Parts: sequence; structure tokens; C-alpha cells
Amino acid sequence: MQTWSLVSISVLLAVLVRWGVSLNSYSGAGKPPMFGDYEAQRHWQEVTYNLPLQQWYFNTSDNDLNYWGLDYPPLTAYHSWLCAYVANILNPDWVELHRSRGYESPAHKLFMRTTVLVTDVLIYIPAVVLYCLYLTDGSAKRRVSILLSILLYPGLILIDYGHFQYNGVSLGFALWGVLALGLGWNSLGSLAFSLALNYKQMELYHALPFFCFLLGKCIKAGLIGRGFVLLVKITATVLVTFGLCWLPFLPDPSQVLQVVRRIFPVARGLFEDKVANTWCSLNTLIKIRSILTSDSQLYLSLAFTLLAALPSSIRLLMKPTFWNFKLALVNSSLAFFLFSYQVHEKSILLAALPVCLLLNEFPLMCVWFLQASTFSMLPLFLKDGLLVPYTVTFLGFPFLTVYLLSALDDCLEDELKLGICGKLFPLIPKIHLACIMKWKFYISMALMAVLSVLSVVMDPPPHLPDLFPVLVSTTAFMHFLGVFLHFSMVQFMEPPRKKSRKKNN
Amino acid sequence: MAAQADSWSWFTALAVGVSLFKCLFINAYHSTDFEVHRNWLAITHSLPLSRWYHENSSEWTLDYPPLFAWLERGLAQAARHWDGDMLRLDNLNYASPATVLFQRLSVVCTDLLFIYAARECCRCIRVQKAPQVVLSQPSFVLAVLLLWNFGLLIVDHIHFQYNGFLFGFLLLSVARHLQSRHLQGALLFAVLLNLKHIFLYVAPAYGIFLLRSYCFTLDRPDGSIRWSSFAPLRLLALGSIVVSVFALSFGPFVAMGQLSQVVSRLFPFRRGLCHAYWAPNAWALYSGADKALAVLGVRLKLLQEAELPRAAMTGGLVQEVQHAVLPSVPPAATLLCTLLAVVPALVSIWRRRRGNRAFLRCLLLCALASFLFGWHVHEKAILLAVLPLSILAVESREDAGIFLVLSTTGHYSLFPLLFTPAEMIIKVCLMLMFTIYSFTALGNLHRSQGSLLRPMEVAYLLGLAAVAIACEFIFPLSPWQQKLPFLPLLATSVYCAVGVSYSFLRLYATLLRSDDKRKQL
Repeated sequence: MQTWSLVSISVLLAVLVRWGVSLNSYSGAGKPPMFGDYEAQRHWQEVTYNLPLQQWYFNTSDNDLNYWGLDYPPLTAYHSWLCAYVANILNPDWVELHRSRGYESPAHKLFMRTTVLVTDVLIYIPAVVLYCLYLTDGSAKRRVSILLSILLYPGLILIDYGHFQYNGVSLGFALWGVLALGLGWNSLGSLAFSLALNYKQMELYHALPFFCFLLGKCIKAGLIGRGFVLLVKITATVLVTFGLCWLPFLPDPSQVLQVVRRIFPVARGLFEDKVANTWCSLNTLIKIRSILTSDSQLYLSLAFTLLAALPSSIRLLMKPTFWNFKLALVNSSLAFFLFSYQVHEKSILLAALPVCLLLNEFPLMCVWFLQASTFSMLPLFLKDGLLVPYTVTFLGFPFLTVYLLSALDDCLEDELKLGICGKLFPLIPKIHLACIMKWKFYISMALMAVLSVLSVVMDPPPHLPDLFPVLVSTTAFMHFLGVFLHFSMVQFMEPPRKKSRKKNN
Repeated sequence: MAAQADSWSWFTALAVGVSLFKCLFINAYHSTDFEVHRNWLAITHSLPLSRWYHENSSEWTLDYPPLFAWLERGLAQAARHWDGDMLRLDNLNYASPATVLFQRLSVVCTDLLFIYAARECCRCIRVQKAPQVVLSQPSFVLAVLLLWNFGLLIVDHIHFQYNGFLFGFLLLSVARHLQSRHLQGALLFAVLLNLKHIFLYVAPAYGIFLLRSYCFTLDRPDGSIRWSSFAPLRLLALGSIVVSVFALSFGPFVAMGQLSQVVSRLFPFRRGLCHAYWAPNAWALYSGADKALAVLGVRLKLLQEAELPRAAMTGGLVQEVQHAVLPSVPPAATLLCTLLAVVPALVSIWRRRRGNRAFLRCLLLCALASFLFGWHVHEKAILLAVLPLSILAVESREDAGIFLVLSTTGHYSLFPLLFTPAEMIIKVCLMLMFTIYSFTALGNLHRSQGSLLRPMEVAYLLGLAAVAIACEFIFPLSPWQQKLPFLPLLATSVYCAVGVSYSFLRLYATLLRSDDKRKQL
């Protein structure tokens, strides 16, 4: 069959699954007074549409920042304004100042869901398609399999179309950046990534590898010759992009400062809720937040984050290859997720995106991680009433990917050659290693499934009300830590002889 | 053996994939059929057998044959532990989340039979040499065409019905006949008739085929019937199977003297010629012509507008139809037309012993004839032709062409079933997905024999796309939306009726042509 038809069928299937999930509930549905992220997005539309731009980030009588105040960079605000403009044409009640607070109706839900789908179809899905067609090795069938697997990653679908957010936009821009850099269009890549940063500040998780990769390229080209020209071009692109995004705020420095203050809320503490990172998991043993002052918490997390993220980035700086870039993206975003300050459970999506890009080379490891990342957000999904789509996608994704990518047999050998186990235990024969890996995978899947079932059906004992969320986040944390160690090791080993291996396929 | 099992792993993947896919639509829109089936759960669970076909506290009375009622009773046993409130007779329009989940899952689970039947059908495919690539194996293509069928997905899993289960019986029975296990096939079909009587439409094909090919064991050298080879034991076996199934199903009602009550529930002839949304059949063309003549007559001052029957079919929801210009059609006329349309096909398989494929072709012709000429036909009935035709489509190029025309028009005519804005994207994307797949996969399968469609057919299908865009997107925004709300339905069904009739004629031609070839040999 022709590749175009397979690709279009995959994209249509991805859209269908997304829309199927979107028929379900969203965060904070019918839960006054605060509602949830759905209401936050609607409220931003209301604020941006009705108030002058100078008031967007300030607490005024018309803009109560304690009620879902805008705390994302300007591009998000512009996007909200654009949505609000359309909403106002369709039904002015949806964005009327003050009176629309907490507005919910089937028609409005349809509108909001459609805005997410539109951004996905315009930004995220094309980026994934192009990445798989141009930057993935292997036969056409293999590329389409990777494409379908990435598009059907449940975590992103459930958050964007169930919980309700626009992660597809920032991740999509970041992916456009990766795509452009992979194809050698450095300026376009930095433009796309600047847009991503200006849409969501969490994209900083990816900033270090982007920076190091581009700088490394410049150094490689010679900092006094062509490299310098490249560096100037990239710097100019980034500065101009940022300048354009912030243009309306620039005339008044207090505006800029206020926006920055809103975007980086240091006052909110080391972590909130139950998140599968180091601090929250450590919290079950040591109560860090009561031992350390908030300032020292900040420095501690900063130090650990840099310590974890820098090695891979320095390695990338020395050897700026696309392969190292992808690995550094994984390592850096995981380092930030595991150790940085004020992490949300949804931030794991930032690590999931680069992991998706490695699906071709490490199918088993990546599927494993992606599954764990979806699992780590289970408490959130249960709170939002997304049990049915969670169950469907949680069962479907490993089944589909293991079948499509034959993750459990073909690639295991190759993967192990790169893996830690092969180096650490050279005495164990390869066959046994493969077997051990497979069983570890099965056991971990079973563990996640059992914990999911328990969280749904069992009431926790009264003295441990958070038992299941803590178990879920700790289990997920173990997986993330393991994956982080694995990919760090991989990056510091020789890159696989990709060319020769790929030719064989 | 292990290799064999391994080579079918793609089937498991497709089946599991589609089952999970179906579960995504649990919270989608469901039609009144959802309440119909909930009410039947309540009836069969809380009333004694003698009251099943008398109960009428809900307007959705039990109007399926007894075996289906027993199926509902079985489901009710499970429903009791799920949410007992859905089994209360007075709990009309009850749709708690647990009830929705239960009913939706019951459809997904009963579909397992359909999946098994699809697998059996895939095994019957004749291939000269199977290609290595899974994607271009005929059995893979057939599995996708059946399991991921657009019509079944939206009718069963969004609109809500149990067609997958019923078609599972039909396809399994067809597969058994293709495997020459005729008794099993007959048993399955007898059960099917007692699950839903709409399958009576294809019963003539079964009757004639079994009588001719199973009860007569030998032919004359020219292929015509040898009367002396009649095998009474075979007829007896067939007869006893069919009679015992019917006795099991209708026996209790006969014993209670309720047969006439059951039959009056099963065949409500009070309903109109055309269903709420006109199915794209001959009567849609007829009514369309009537409408056009009426408008023309008023324009030319030949008719007085006041004389015309009020709102004749305009809303599409009128139960009794009165045509304005052309004579009205009584039920008997539709029956006669249907019979006339199937007789040549039946004669053709009677006159000479034909392969099992000819039986399948005859079955399709019966299904299409009844769809085209039947009384009060539902547009969903087109699936009765589309699904079995998939089997022929992967085997021959000409049938593949017919399949593409029929499935595209037939599926498009299902669009009015889902009218809620939220399901719009689903129906469009799913239809596109299925259509793209069937065109490219079938084209790929028969690529050595040239293109599948004739230029006329391509033009017709492009026209269909234009009609679709006009009706779904442009019309709702135009000023005619208020004045002529029935126009899109009319345009859709008339346009699709052309395609369905054309497929019917071409399918007839393939059956009769192969007849001629035999003669020349």
C-alpha cells in the first residue's frame, strides 16, 4: 500500500481517538467555585478578550489573579485572545466579563474541544508526520508504525483532550524545532523553539539541549569563521522572535517584570500534590519541606537539577550530533522533572516527547517509559472522571506498540548492546539478559495495572488517605529514575553504528 | 502449527484494536434505540414469558423475535449485578453512567461473535499465492473491511444496536456454506431468523441454494438438475434443524395461543413506505420524482397547491405517506416488486449447480432487492449487502469495483443517523478512514488487472463528495435551511439511490454473465 494512504489513515485514526477521548469529562466539570483547568483556559479567554493588554497580568478589580490568573507567557495569552474572538462570534455569553465565570454547556465544551483539535491538527500532528517521514530510519511501514505510536501516546491525549490543556501547541513547536535542527535549518529551529518557550515556560526543560546543540554546531564550524556567522544568525532569530512576542509589554519595564513574576511563581513551594519526582518520593521518608527553609529548598533543587542535566548537555556541546541531541533532550527534561522546583505531574509530557523520538531505536525502553508516564498521572485522571478513556488507552497503547514495533523480540538484542545491563554484567549471556528484560517489563506492566485497579476499586485506610496516589507516584518515580540512568549511560557510550545497522534492515 | 498461529497474530491485533476503539465511544451520543434495548431488558427480566409481547407501558414495545428477547433476558442477568435500576419497567429513559457503560460493553462483548465470524470468513478466501507482506494479503484486507466497517461502528457503537452480533451469525453461516458445512450454516441461519426477522429477506437465497445444492447430490452433464438424485434424508435433516429452532423459539407462544400477537408485533405494516430518513432505494427515487412532478405541476399551473396533500413527506418524519401526483404504493406492491427482482437470481442458481460463491452472490442480490423495493426499509439495512460483499470484493476485481460504489454510497447514506454536532468529526473522519483504506487496499490487491472503477463511476463518486459537502457544510449556513429543511435528506437519498441501484444491476450482471459463460463452454 502507498505510504500516503497509510499516513492519512494513521492521522485520521489519531484524530478519532483524540475526539473519542474528548467526549468524556474535563477537569473541574461542575465543581464550583474553582472548577479546573478547563475553566482556567476559558477564564483567560474572558480576561484577554475584555481587558486591555496592560491589565492581563495585573491584579485589578476586573482581573482577580487568585481566580486562575494568567501565568503563562504572552503567546498563550494571544492564543486565548484568538479563541475568545471566535467564541464571541459564536456566543458572546461564553466570554462575557465576570458573568461568564464558571460557564459550562455542551456547546461550549464542543467549542473548547474543537480549539484543541484545531491547534493539534495545525501544529503537533504535522510535526510528528514530518519527523517520522524524514528523520526516522527504516522501511516505510516501520516509519508509519512509529508515526502511529507517537500520535497515539495516551498521556498527551488524555491531558489535552480529557483534562483540558494545550500542550500540543508548545510540544508541537518544540518538535518543529527538533525537526528543523535535524534537517539542518538552524534559524528556523531556533525560531520554532523560541515560540515554544513563549507559549509555555516549562519548555525550559528542553532549552539546555537546544542551546548546547546550536552552540556546539557553531563551535564545530569554527567560532571565528562560519560558526560566528551562524551564531549571529541564531542569536538574532531568537532575539527578534522574543522581541516580537513581548512587543506590547516592552514599553513598560514594570509590565515585563510582572509577567516574569507571574510565570515563575517561586513562592509556591518545592512540590505540590503527588508528583513522581525525587522530592515528593523522598518526602515519604524525610519531610524535606519541614527541615529546610524555602530558600535552601530552591538552591538544593537548582544544584541537583544542574548536576543531573549538565553532563549530557556538555557531552552534546562536545559532540553536536542529532543522535546526542535527542538523548540530551530526554536526559535534560527528565533531570528537570526529577529534581527541579515546583514540578507538576503533567510536566512528564515534556520528557515524553523526546522519548517518543527514540521509539525507533529503543522500542522497549520507550514504550515502558511512556506507559509509566501515563500511569503517573492516574490520580489526576481519576479526579477528572477519565477512567474509561484511561483504561482504553492504557491497555491499547502497549498492545499496539509492542505489536507494531515488535518491541519485545527483534530490537531487544540491539537495545541491550547499548543498555546498562550489558556493560554492568558482562558475564550474563545475552539471551538471559533479554529474558530478564522481558520479565521485568511484564512485571512492571502488571504492577501498574494492579495499582490502577486498586486505586479505582479500593478505599484507602482512614489513617493513610493518600496511600494510592503515593504508591502510584513512587512506582512511577522508580521507572523514571531507571530510564534517566539508562539514557544517561547510553549517551556516554559510543553512538551505535547507525549507518551499518540501518542498512541491514 | 506454531508458524500458522503466528501468521494470524495480525488478526488478534486488529480485533483487540477495534474492540478498544469501540470503547472510546461509550460516552458518545446514543439514539432512542438505547432506551429501546433498556426497556427490553426490563421487560424480559421483570415479566413472565406470557407478558413479553403484550407489555406496552413504553412506546418501545418488544418487536424482535423470541430468541433476541431471550438474549436480552440473559444480559439482564448480568445487568442485575451492575445497576438494578435499569431493569425497572417504569424507569423510562433511565441512562445512568453505569447503565450506559453496561449497555455499551454488552454490544462490544457480543461483537466477539462477529470477530470470530470475520476470522472464519478470512479463512475461506481463495488465493493463488499469498503475498509475503501482511498488508497486501487478501485475508488481511478482508479482516479490516469487516472489523473496521464504518457502518457497523457507527450504527452499533454510537447510534446503538446489536447488529455486530447478528451479522456475526450471518457471516458465520455464510462462511460455513463456503466451507461446504451446510447443516451448520442452516442451523446458524435459522437461529439468526429467530433473532431478527429482517433476515427473512435473504431467506429465499438460502432456501433455493440448500434445496438445489444440498438436497440434490448429482447433476446432469450440462449442470442442470438430475431429479433422481434427490436425497430425502438430507432434506429431513435440514427440515428438522429449521423446525426445531423455530419450535424452540416460537413454541411457547404457540402453546400460550399468542402467536398472532407476536406476529403483529413483528410485522407492523402500519408504518410508512419510507423510514424517517429515507433509505436510498427505489421508493426514494419514486418519491423524489413525485416531489419534482408536484413542484413542476404547481409551477406550470397544472396543479393547485391547495389540492396537494399537506406536508407530504416534507419533514421526513411522516408515518403515512401520500404521494401528490404519482399513485401511492401499497405494501403488496412493494412485496411484488421485491419478489420480481429476486426471481431471476433464484432461477439462475436453481437451473445449474453453481459454486458456493454464486450462493453468496444470490444472497447479496436478495438483500439488495429487498433494500431497493422493500416496505419501510431502514437505511441501516444496506449493511446486509455491504458486509457479505466484502468477501467477494477481495477475490475479484469486478466485485471490488461494485463494492467501492456500494459501500461508499451506502455508508454515506448512514450520515443522517448521527446529526449531533459533537459526532460530526467522528463520522467524517471514520468514513474517510474506511473509504481511503478500501480504495487503496483493494486497488493494491487487484493492481495487476488495471483500475477498479470506470470513469463514470469515478465521476459519480466525486459527485457524491460534492453532495456531501453541500449537504453537511454549505446547506446549514444557507437561507434555505429554514424553508426547505428536508432538502439535504432528499438530495442525499435520491443521489445515493442511483448508486445503490447501479450496484444492484452490476451485481446481477456478474451473476447472469457467469451463467452465459457456462453455456458457451
